[in-house]
Amino acid sequence: MRRILAAGKTVSGAGKRRVQRAVSEFLEFEDVSKRYGEVKAVDHVSLSVRQGEFFSLLGPSGCGKTTLLRILAGFEQPDTGRVLLGGEDVTDLPPYERKVNTIFQSYALFPHLSVWDNIAFGLKVAKRPKREIKEEVARMLTLIQMEDQAWKKPDQISGGQKQRVAIARALVNKPRVLLLDEPLAALDLKLRQRMLIELDLIHDEVGITFLYVTHDQGEAMSLSDRIAVMKLGKIEQLGTPAEIYEAPRSSFVAAFIGDTNFFDGTVAEPLEKNSVLDGLLSVAVDKDYSRLKIEDFPDLECFNDKQIKEGEHVFLSIRPEKLSISRERPEAAPHLNMIEGLVEDVIYLGSQTKYWVRTGDYRISVIRQHSRYLLDEKPIRWREKVWISWHADDGFMLEKYSAQDENLIQLPPEEVGETTEGNQILARAAGGGAAPAESPGR
Amino acid sequence: MRPSRVPLIVTWSVIAFFYIPIAILVANSFNSSRFGGSWESTSLKWYIRLMDEPSIWHALTNTLVIAASATLISMVLGTSAAFALHRFAGSRLQKLHYSIIYTPLVLPEILMGLSMLLFFVALKVQLGLATIAIAHVTFCLSYVAMTVLARLQDFDFSIIEAAQDLGAGWWTTVWKVLLPMLAPGILAGGLLAFTLSIDDFVISFFVAGPGSTTLPIKIYSMIKYGAPPLINALSTILLAITFLCVIASQYLSDRGRRGAA
Repeated sequence: MRRILAAGKTVSGAGKRRVQRAVSEFLEFEDVSKRYGEVKAVDHVSLSVRQGEFFSLLGPSGCGKTTLLRILAGFEQPDTGRVLLGGEDVTDLPPYERKVNTIFQSYALFPHLSVWDNIAFGLKVAKRPKREIKEEVARMLTLIQMEDQAWKKPDQISGGQKQRVAIARALVNKPRVLLLDEPLAALDLKLRQRMLIELDLIHDEVGITFLYVTHDQGEAMSLSDRIAVMKLGKIEQLGTPAEIYEAPRSSFVAAFIGDTNFFDGTVAEPLEKNSVLDGLLSVAVDKDYSRLKIEDFPDLECFNDKQIKEGEHVFLSIRPEKLSISRERPEAAPHLNMIEGLVEDVIYLGSQTKYWVRTGDYRISVIRQHSRYLLDEKPIRWREKVWISWHADDGFMLEKYSAQDENLIQLPPEEVGETTEGNQILARAAGGGAAPAESPGR
Repeated sequence: MRPSRVPLIVTWSVIAFFYIPIAILVANSFNSSRFGGSWESTSLKWYIRLMDEPSIWHALTNTLVIAASATLISMVLGTSAAFALHRFAGSRLQKLHYSIIYTPLVLPEILMGLSMLLFFVALKVQLGLATIAIAHVTFCLSYVAMTVLARLQDFDFSIIEAAQDLGAGWWTTVWKVLLPMLAPGILAGGLLAFTLSIDDFVISFFVAGPGSTTLPIKIYSMIKYGAPPLINALSTILLAITFLCVIASQYLSDRGRRGAA
């Protein structure tokens, strides 16, 4: 649920930001690779980040996102390729000569220095005039609202405050890019949500490019202008949060970002013009839709923008919130798919209800938003026979969802329920399977 | 059920067993009687008498010079050793290195002393302050290395990366971040080494030369010629110094551990 709320927030937040930014390719990775022994941590990645953008590298652990960040920070040397920052090749520069600053997962504050000295560190090293240091540090302390804690040592402040000091310590140097390595991972949920908002505000205020590494899609979705989803050292998909959520390009992305239902099917011949569903409209749009044969199901229709050919095996992915659930058979409409099933589980979540509906071998997850006063209706209950329907445009035909993907998506226990329970394949994956190997760079 | 009194009794017995002899020694150092058996009156007579014994002051100077130089050298070498031990943890050479560093802590002192003596004689080195200091370094180094290694094991090395990330070059990082953070550990190890060096007898006895008598050796020879009250006073002073060092060492390693957390 958190994810879906977070995703909603993005749409409004991102729109507001995008207006003020100049668009220019600013930070570029060109064909960057890095190997650790046999493991390809980063595999020929090319990527451009625009100035002022909040860009996230998102992926399961071991996907190479942290390695990519460390290559930019200068802690790792790429085996191939180069890194350009503002048009300048920085591949061979040591970390201390790069105009980028990092926020580490463990914050890495200097324990022997006060909050003030921590923030002043970069300026002091750069031998800036004393007065300027004082002014800048004071400005930062105001930004993070910790003016009265300036003389405390890191072990005397809370986790959230440490996080803010780490941000101030990096930002005071006015880096061209701020690198954030899972900065919220060490905080508890409440604090994480607060810091999320603060990070967003800080980004709006300072206008520096943020490169954010995370395995938490909720964080990435709610903060980012654009996201690169990574898998096994490669970029799987790059786009705005909405693009990635609404139009996942692979099964991996569909399953990793939010919930989805997968149906295993074969593409059949395209719809004939004499489609039973609609005589008038189908003539013009027929070739955009394919018919899908799925075992135990009536034939389904799906938008086919990828020219997937007849006879090909595909995975149909449909987000739970795109499905409608009703007791009565919905009225037939053009491109409306419907199947019948039995409600197996109902979870009432206040603003919405989550249903699991059994049809044949599939356990389909459906989310129903309550836009009207719920107590006036007779809600659907456990063991009821229901109809599930969705528009053909809302499904995606994707390549097979492999066992390898399942293992990669293994998340920490509290996350598993949220992302994977919805369908059988994933539910099985959640139970067993080894966790993916961590890349040595992390 | 009432808690058993046995642990309490055992604890106090052990403490008594350890500390009563020391308490008697300290008390006697303030006894104006020549003989420990009878109490005459409380006085600082023996401490004053101590002032007039140039040979004791000479021995004390020797001891402090040796302890200071052995401590300084072993702080440098021990810290470097700890870095190497930490950096290459897991490799076979590291294990060997660790054993080499660790051995002096468990080796019988008499064996160390004897082998040092044979070594110096074989090299035809003139025995004296330098040889004692070198001999002391061999075991002091181990204490420093072990203390610093313990600190390195829970050291967050992303702090080093953070310093570099903020623009600090190698030397700045070492001076501004690494050493200040490790200083409590290094100092704690150093103080431990200092105390051990001050009251080392066996090894010093083997490698001492003419004119390089240390305080423990001096005390030993004074006992042989019989001057117990003076020794009481001297030992009390020595005890006080040792105590201060140990307390400082513990304070520093505690503070260091909290700093790292």
